[in-house]
Amino acid sequence: MFSLGFLEDFGRFLLWVPQVFKKPENWTMYYKETIRQTYDIGIGSLFIVFIISIFIGAVTAIQFSYQMAGTLIPPYYIGYIVRDMSIIASAPTITSIVLAGKVGANIASEIGGMKQKEHIDAMEIMGVNTSAYLVLPKIIGAVIAIPMLVTLAALLGSLGGYIASVPTGLFQQSDYITGLQSFFIPWNVVMMYVKAVVFALIIGFVSCYQGYFVKGGSIELGEASTRAVVVSDILILIADYLLAVLLTV
Amino acid sequence: MIRADNIFKSFGDNDVLKGIDFTFEAGKTNLIIGKSGAGKTVLLKILVGLMKPSDGHVWYDDVDLCSLSKDQIREIRMQVGMLFQGNALFDSMTIEENIRFPMDMFKTMTIKEKRKRVDFCLERVSLEGINGRYPSEISGGMQKRVGIARAFVLNPKYLFCDEPNSGLDPKTAITIDELISSITDEYNMTTIINTHDMNSVMEIGENICLLSNGNLVWQGNKDLVMETDNKELESFIFASPFLQKLRKRALLNG
Repeated sequence: MFSLGFLEDFGRFLLWVPQVFKKPENWTMYYKETIRQTYDIGIGSLFIVFIISIFIGAVTAIQFSYQMAGTLIPPYYIGYIVRDMSIIASAPTITSIVLAGKVGANIASEIGGMKQKEHIDAMEIMGVNTSAYLVLPKIIGAVIAIPMLVTLAALLGSLGGYIASVPTGLFQQSDYITGLQSFFIPWNVVMMYVKAVVFALIIGFVSCYQGYFVKGGSIELGEASTRAVVVSDILILIADYLLAVLLTV
Repeated sequence: MIRADNIFKSFGDNDVLKGIDFTFEAGKTNLIIGKSGAGKTVLLKILVGLMKPSDGHVWYDDVDLCSLSKDQIREIRMQVGMLFQGNALFDSMTIEENIRFPMDMFKTMTIKEKRKRVDFCLERVSLEGINGRYPSEISGGMQKRVGIARAFVLNPKYLFCDEPNSGLDPKTAITIDELISSITDEYNMTTIINTHDMNSVMEIGENICLLSNGNLVWQGNKDLVMETDNKELESFIFASPFLQKLRKRALLNG
């Protein structure tokens, strides 16, 4: 039963995606909508990304400091660990998982609500390709905004580690700064951006799909929003694993 | 002209439409009437291309809608306006933005020209000066009129109305009927209204088809309704004892 439902969804998704990439009816309208979506996703998620990144950076610094206490590992390694943890793992993955909850649920309920209130039918009657007009700007908005948020998350993670350890006397500022500047591998930043773009596509497509094909009433709309988050999270984790394997070969 | 050509529609074992043949004439107010569950909404959705029939064809003049691709259907829809039962006004847009939306999407006009057209449409539905308000800030009757204004903003050739009077008081319902009828005459549109409002039938029914259990059981116009001996139509239009009495008296008085 589960696999049948999955195959049905997958088949419908494959048939739907080409509609999303049809030529826009009016470039200006699509451009305006893309700017609005980018703003909503980006600015609307700043606060949550700020809080999460600072605290994850802080916790990483404190935990590693605790685990390395009494070992021969030099203290400046803390800065190095916090930086690379942020860039490789927490900034793209944790941020995207959180954004799947915030942005993904929002997108699914927005489109699903439009479907239920016949807004999508009304646009279709006008001759608008709703698969493109309602979905493409959100996908582009996510692909622009999420890598920016991930960049910010990586920087704030390192800042969080600093705030939690240097002013509290856990270790010296010079050690932390030295750690941040040590063993830097530019490829890790490339990995971070590849992950951010892939995760943005997952959040965008899954959430739009769940909203666009919602049936029934408010209970089904709630279920669709939940499904958007759960499916996005699972796919992000699977993609994270696959990208980790592919990009570190 | 729009023609339903032997339309069948089934959902599983449930046959909702059973071979509907009917011509919706240009320049006339065409009504699809029938009790709840008769198949009116399904027929309207098929006519407008939101649903595919299980069998049969829908002709827009000489073009068979059912044989067109999605992109070709969208081209036809540029000539279609529709008023939805729940209005389907975009609630996060102002009234002006709602009416302007089809122009923003498909017309290369200056913003001044678009505003002029919006003002004209609002004036036509007697709602001048509400451009900046949101749909939630106006009454149900006003929302219907805004829906009508949006439906004819691009001068469509075909106008579809799904239960335009639902949820309205009788006086407002008559206003809406008159508005749709006069716009139809003014622009020579093919207007198709899906309704179960008896007043609409008697006021604006120039070409009527009555559906019952998915079958077309009667066709005619408002003048033929009073004299009908069709039992289905009688039980639909003159459902209450009061109306039955009134009809008897009218017939007796010639």
